[in-house]
Amino acid sequence: MQLRKLVTSVEDTHVEMQQSVSPPTRKAVAAAVIKNPYAGQYSADLSQLISMGETLGALLGERAVAALGVAPEDCQSYGKAAMIGSGGELEHAAALLHPKLGAPLRRAVEKGAALVPSNKKMGGCGQPLDVPLGHKEAAYVRSHFDGIEIRIPDAPRADEILVAVAVTDSGRPLPRVGGLTHDDAIGEDGLR
Amino acid sequence: MPEIKVRKMIVSVEETWHEGGPVADKPLCKASCLAVIENPYAGRYVESIEGFMDDLKPLGVEMAGKLIDALGGDASRIEGYGKGAIVGEAGEMEHGALWHVPGGYSMRESIEASMAIVPSTKKVGAPGTRLDIPLTHTNASYVRSHFDAMEVGVNDAPRANEMIVALIMSTGARVHNRAGGLSASDVEGRDGLR
Repeated sequence: MQLRKLVTSVEDTHVEMQQSVSPPTRKAVAAAVIKNPYAGQYSADLSQLISMGETLGALLGERAVAALGVAPEDCQSYGKAAMIGSGGELEHAAALLHPKLGAPLRRAVEKGAALVPSNKKMGGCGQPLDVPLGHKEAAYVRSHFDGIEIRIPDAPRADEILVAVAVTDSGRPLPRVGGLTHDDAIGEDGLR
Repeated sequence: MPEIKVRKMIVSVEETWHEGGPVADKPLCKASCLAVIENPYAGRYVESIEGFMDDLKPLGVEMAGKLIDALGGDASRIEGYGKGAIVGEAGEMEHGALWHVPGGYSMRESIEASMAIVPSTKKVGAPGTRLDIPLTHTNASYVRSHFDAMEVGVNDAPRANEMIVALIMSTGARVHNRAGGLSASDVEGRDGLR
């Protein structure tokens, strides 16, 4: 895997709509800029990207958790996304994200019964990529439906891919639309 | 004396191994720290604003500390710095200028070899506005390998009554620097320029 850049970012929210948020809600995103081995040519076999997905699940998962500065088990939600430079195709994002990225990401946050929510798109340098966030043990926890934006001014170039993993130790700053809560989640079937 | 009201704080680190050329042994690391704060002068013209510079000092020190930590915790590794501000629409450019002293000196106090002026830029803008902050060598402004920049912004800030204050630091030269000029190893370190 040819890695050109790694970017990590942590966002703490102390105030939302004039209400103090204490402790602040925190979200971290870790992103890698890698060379797309299939840029510029159609390849029926995407196994190189599938294998890179496994490497990136561990690398970005561990980076994001470290940036958040909490123990893995204290992570509450996660998400993943990829943006493919113009020389590639959308299926390249699917190969990176879906077959193998999840297992090492779940190890990085300890457990993770829920589906890892994901996004993918084609895009160019500086374009924003929104990474969806959902509770890691119970997808229906409504307070944790959220997202975080990542963008890198010089990536992805045409022959590159921007891959991102996001984690949090909290839900939205002022959740009040009801639904299943973090405290009431069972966390066995990944849904509730 | 207005209290500093922080709504958000964002710390980002970017590591670059190459840009199409030889892969570096150690990546160039650049980090930014952004604070989204309430602008106490938004919505009206206030003649006397200088006092806010002192109020901002503790925030500057906190942000400089966060950047050094994000870059590994050793201040002697920091080779470049810069600062900037984005003022929300109900404020004026002059409010951003209040960040020069507390932002700049907080970094210089925590970095030993810091004779060089801290380069800066600022603007008035809406939420999501991006700002390109210049980055230069901490001890000698003419070090050509360290002329660089970092783009920052927050998608939901600054709101009209807010401002973003920003500090950035780096650990070295551009990853494929080869445009000549004064090099970091030849710095005399007497005047902050060469």
